[in-house]
Amino acid sequence: MRARLGLRFVALGYLALLLAIPVGLVLYRTFQHGLAAPVDSLTSSDGAHAFWLTLEITAISVAVNTVFGVAMALLLVRSRFPGKKLLSALVDLPLAVSPVVVGLALLLVYGRTGWFGTWLTDHGVRVIFSTPGMVLATIFVSLPFVVRETVPVLEELGTEQEQAASTLGASSWQTFWRVTLPAIRWGVGYGVVLTTARALGEFGAVSVVSGRLVGQTETLTLRVQNEFERFDLTGAYAASALLAVMAIAVLLVMTALERRRRAT
Amino acid sequence: MISVKGIEKSYGDFKALHGVSVDVPAGSLSALLGPSGSGKSTLLRVIAGLERPDAGTVQIEERDVTDVSPQRRGIGFVFQHYAAFKHMTVRQNVAFGLQVRKRSRDEIRAKVDELLELVHLSGWADSYPGNLSGGQRQRMALARALAVEPNVLLLDEPFGALDARVREELRSWLRRLHDELHVTTVFVTHDQREAMEVSDQVVVLNEGRVEQIGAPVEVYDKPANDFVMGFVGPVTQLGGEIVRPHDFDLFQDPAGGAVEAQVERIVPLGFEVRVELVLGDGSPLVVQLTRMESELLEVREKEIVYARPRGSATSPGPRLRREPENLLG
Repeated sequence: MRARLGLRFVALGYLALLLAIPVGLVLYRTFQHGLAAPVDSLTSSDGAHAFWLTLEITAISVAVNTVFGVAMALLLVRSRFPGKKLLSALVDLPLAVSPVVVGLALLLVYGRTGWFGTWLTDHGVRVIFSTPGMVLATIFVSLPFVVRETVPVLEELGTEQEQAASTLGASSWQTFWRVTLPAIRWGVGYGVVLTTARALGEFGAVSVVSGRLVGQTETLTLRVQNEFERFDLTGAYAASALLAVMAIAVLLVMTALERRRRAT
Repeated sequence: MISVKGIEKSYGDFKALHGVSVDVPAGSLSALLGPSGSGKSTLLRVIAGLERPDAGTVQIEERDVTDVSPQRRGIGFVFQHYAAFKHMTVRQNVAFGLQVRKRSRDEIRAKVDELLELVHLSGWADSYPGNLSGGQRQRMALARALAVEPNVLLLDEPFGALDARVREELRSWLRRLHDELHVTTVFVTHDQREAMEVSDQVVVLNEGRVEQIGAPVEVYDKPANDFVMGFVGPVTQLGGEIVRPHDFDLFQDPAGGAVEAQVERIVPLGFEVRVELVLGDGSPLVVQLTRMESELLEVREKEIVYARPRGSATSPGPRLRREPENLLG
């Protein structure tokens, strides 16, 4: 009994030191001198732009990674081909590679002097220092989550229900939409939430490819850094607080999904 | 009518089917009977189009469907583990095949109601499969398969996952249902009693080959070889030949053609009595008598009796394997 209480104390203390106190402090600092200053900072045109840009990049990345992730999971679970293990390992690559390196790599490929960069510039497409590059970077770093959450549910589902659907006259498309997807929806949903969380908080890769242009390529995470460097601590705290609130919202959705997933 | 010709199927080094040919008459109820690994489920899945044969053809209702997807074969398939759509209610499960065929809502409702009535699940229409018993789930799966009015109904060990009592109920229910609907039906089983009790025609499979095709009585009384004889009923050995234990007469005194044996054990089995004997050379012999016969005979343990086979069902001997014809020779 005492051992268990001790363990609980250590675990909670650890969480408090690492998580609760720093985040709490950020919130405290944000609202230390009232609501007006942080609200002004966030509703300023640059602040609002950072918020909407963050949402835009997150929405595109999540959409792309959901479609890609489900397709990739189907490929990994339902088909056999040489190099499958390698492909499966590649999917995890973004977890292992530092985001800064990802950013740098994108710069080398799409930058003005990069591989595709010259061609792209000639055709008037700007990837680096612009939203497309930031979206690419975010897609890359948040790629594994839907795949990793969907693979185990697909494996558990097996193929019998799909076979039953096909004997009942369903095409593969109908089978996917009516049988497979509904059966794996909680796993996919969980992956989507994790992807969202990762995309919202991405800093390193996006920082490299964005150029951090205020009012143009500044997301909320970049804004924290920019404001801090400009000694506008209120602005930095406000952006941080907004990110924290968004993270908590995502966390709540995640908990709810996890409960649903266990129930079924 | 289903006509399967020369089906070959391998999984890597394992050859599941060796040139199997079977005809299933229209409107009949046929059993694919065999031990596990005999290829019976593979054969059923080939008929359904869920497995692709390496060679051979499948015809359903005079149409060659060898290269047709399961979706377009006009079949109903019932899986051993039900394959219920867990996220759909019983009603939605049964309606599935009609919905993907874009039938009108009224038609679907009427048809589903009729089928739920038929499988006695009307009261469960809005439940989820997770809340049904195994037997109920399997009846739902059957209704789902029947909803699309298949030309043939294929069942893969449909009662295999159910407990003994429910199995027996469902078995006789399936027979009655078949008599009502007359849809050509093939079911897979490893249980010879199930095959005997339900089917019009039994196809006995072993190691990927057809050993015998015939009516249940025929397969039982005139087995094509030792394997079939041993698989479809109990057997005992007498002088290198296998005989059914209930095909013996026992005498207290020496009789023509009877062998001398000592009674080792008498096991009452309800209506029947199993008499375990030891012959002069020490080999065992099992004889099954009705209770009445054993009482009239007054057999006792340790006594000497004389056993004579009646010879109504003996096998012609070790199986004569029909090797695939050598096409080049």
